[in-house]
Amino acid sequence: MAQVTLQKIVKTFDRTEAVRGIDLDIADREFVVLVGPSGCGKTTTLRMIAGLEEITAGEIRIGGRLVNDVPPKDRDIAMVFQNYALYPHMSVFDNMSFGLKLRKVAKEEIKERVEAAAGILSIMELLDRRPRQLSGGQRQRVAMGRAIVRHPQVFLFDEPLSNLDAKLRVQMRTEIKKVHQRVQTTTVYVTHDQIEAMTLADRVVVMNGGRIEQVGTPNELYNHPNTRFVAGFIGSPAMNFIPCRVDAHGSGLKVKVADLPDLPVPAERAERYRPQVGRELLLGLRPEHIKESRGPLGPGISEIQARIEVVEPMGMETMVYFPVGGIDVCGRVAPEAGGRAGSAMPLAVDMNQMHLIDPATDRVV
Amino acid sequence: MADTALATGAPTRALKYGSIAKDRRWALRLSYFFLTLFAIFFLMPPIYMFITSLKTSAEISAETNPWWVFNPTLANYIELLTQDTYLIFFRNSAMVSVIVVTISMLISVFAAFALARMRFWGSTLLATGVFLTYLIPETLLFIPLFKMMAMVRDATGIELMNNWWTMIILYPTLTVPFCTWIMIGYFASIPKELDEAALIDGATWIQTLTKIFIPVALPGIIAATIFAFTVSWAQFLYPLAFTTSTDQLVLPVGIITTLIKGDVFNWGQIMTGALLGAAPPLIIYAFLMDYYIAGLTAGATKG
Repeated sequence: MAQVTLQKIVKTFDRTEAVRGIDLDIADREFVVLVGPSGCGKTTTLRMIAGLEEITAGEIRIGGRLVNDVPPKDRDIAMVFQNYALYPHMSVFDNMSFGLKLRKVAKEEIKERVEAAAGILSIMELLDRRPRQLSGGQRQRVAMGRAIVRHPQVFLFDEPLSNLDAKLRVQMRTEIKKVHQRVQTTTVYVTHDQIEAMTLADRVVVMNGGRIEQVGTPNELYNHPNTRFVAGFIGSPAMNFIPCRVDAHGSGLKVKVADLPDLPVPAERAERYRPQVGRELLLGLRPEHIKESRGPLGPGISEIQARIEVVEPMGMETMVYFPVGGIDVCGRVAPEAGGRAGSAMPLAVDMNQMHLIDPATDRVV
Repeated sequence: MADTALATGAPTRALKYGSIAKDRRWALRLSYFFLTLFAIFFLMPPIYMFITSLKTSAEISAETNPWWVFNPTLANYIELLTQDTYLIFFRNSAMVSVIVVTISMLISVFAAFALARMRFWGSTLLATGVFLTYLIPETLLFIPLFKMMAMVRDATGIELMNNWWTMIILYPTLTVPFCTWIMIGYFASIPKELDEAALIDGATWIQTLTKIFIPVALPGIIAATIFAFTVSWAQFLYPLAFTTSTDQLVLPVGIITTLIKGDVFNWGQIMTGALLGAAPPLIIYAFLMDYYIAGLTAGATKG
């Protein structure tokens, strides 16, 4: 068990900067997920922690020890790869015990540890099989087992669920979370799937263009994104960004959006947004904060008339899309709300959950 | 009757229906036809060799049906196998081939691993260079090799000419480049994550090679071994050029130099000698073919 510290990590490949100065402190036993679009440097960062890539500049410490020049095998880490990387000519037992054998662990202890890990992952009956006789999910379990038996200081996961089908992915996600709750090893997990990041992580690190956009708990990122990128990346369907202007409205403020009536800003947010009066900004609203309008409106909630263009029923809810100033805006309504393509529908916009983004800096104000 | 009515009534539909099965049937028939032709064509010489090896010299030169043995005899076999020279040729060939295969595989597996996996300055250039070496025909090389052997003799006093073990130095120039090239291909097909996983598991480069790469690339190693063995067993030009004494000859050269005396061709023994000489590669193929075909990499990663 150990904390992992990254200080000003830089990685350049032939003049292209993949990682441009990352600072990150990962606490002991913490489950941290690096998430971002492809090419954002998340996998490179993980591989640098593993020791599979050299660090161009900066320092990595595992358990307080500087590991910049320590080879992977001496970093006391275990890694699970996207394509499992099981040794095809070895049985599951041999796959899991390979690292222990190389480290000259006693035979009885190897057996004990492999069986314990197999128990956790419920793959006891697969120990004699070869990887090619296993399904994708089983292979992924074995890959995790290989990491668990080592009792490493840090687990590294490189998009471990990307090769599984959707249903199995959800199942294995829960499995990974369970395993972490049992073994409590510090974990760094890389994924491009924000749902995976949100569901698994103690803290999520959102990366973009080789830099960290924001670090926070899943709820912090969801409720208080710092940048337009994070606001758009976290949450599904993605947040709507609507061009708008903030104006004075009596003693308070209002948001002016093309095609829509004025949307008053809730009183407790007015102070924060007052410096923005008169500026062209982006209004950020999550689809789940645009619902069907029913009954009297609560404080901070405005009603708009939406001309519905597309309806996407999902069963538990229905997505409705309507144009606002040339942009398609998504709302999430109850399935029985009766939205129909081509019809008008009154929708309630929850301005208590609004975000304002400065398009010049792409930061949330 | 119904068929004709259908065929004339709705020609296009009737033609299209079931055409895949029909195509397949025709493809099968054609392939069997050509495979049979191929097999007959290539089995003819060994069968003829076998038939001739059972004949006496008198029967070979007699004007009877050449595809039939009227008085079968094992005399050719007995004579050849009790002669010292043939056994010496066989021993020389076996020694040379086994040692050359061992040396070639040791060099090419290590070289291929380094070229395929350890990224170092100039590794790609070197890999291409290895392949280009293979493209130079041996017929261009044996005269320069003569010169080099003379230089070695002048410099060190070691006589390389007319020694069977000189072949152990010469043959790897033919086998190593090709085997290395085959092995580079096989090693390159092993997913990168596999050695990274081994690296993290605590394996050194040598352990990664011996415990992961060699077992996983076994089909490739067997293919390369078969190739190296075949080349060394059947090599003709170098031993013909560089060895002359009867006790230093290898099998292919030995048969033609000792069994053809002037313009007297001892056909019965030549055929017997060639047939027996063809046996070892055949046996090795038969043993290794199963492994050669088996694809072991399945299941390493997704797929």
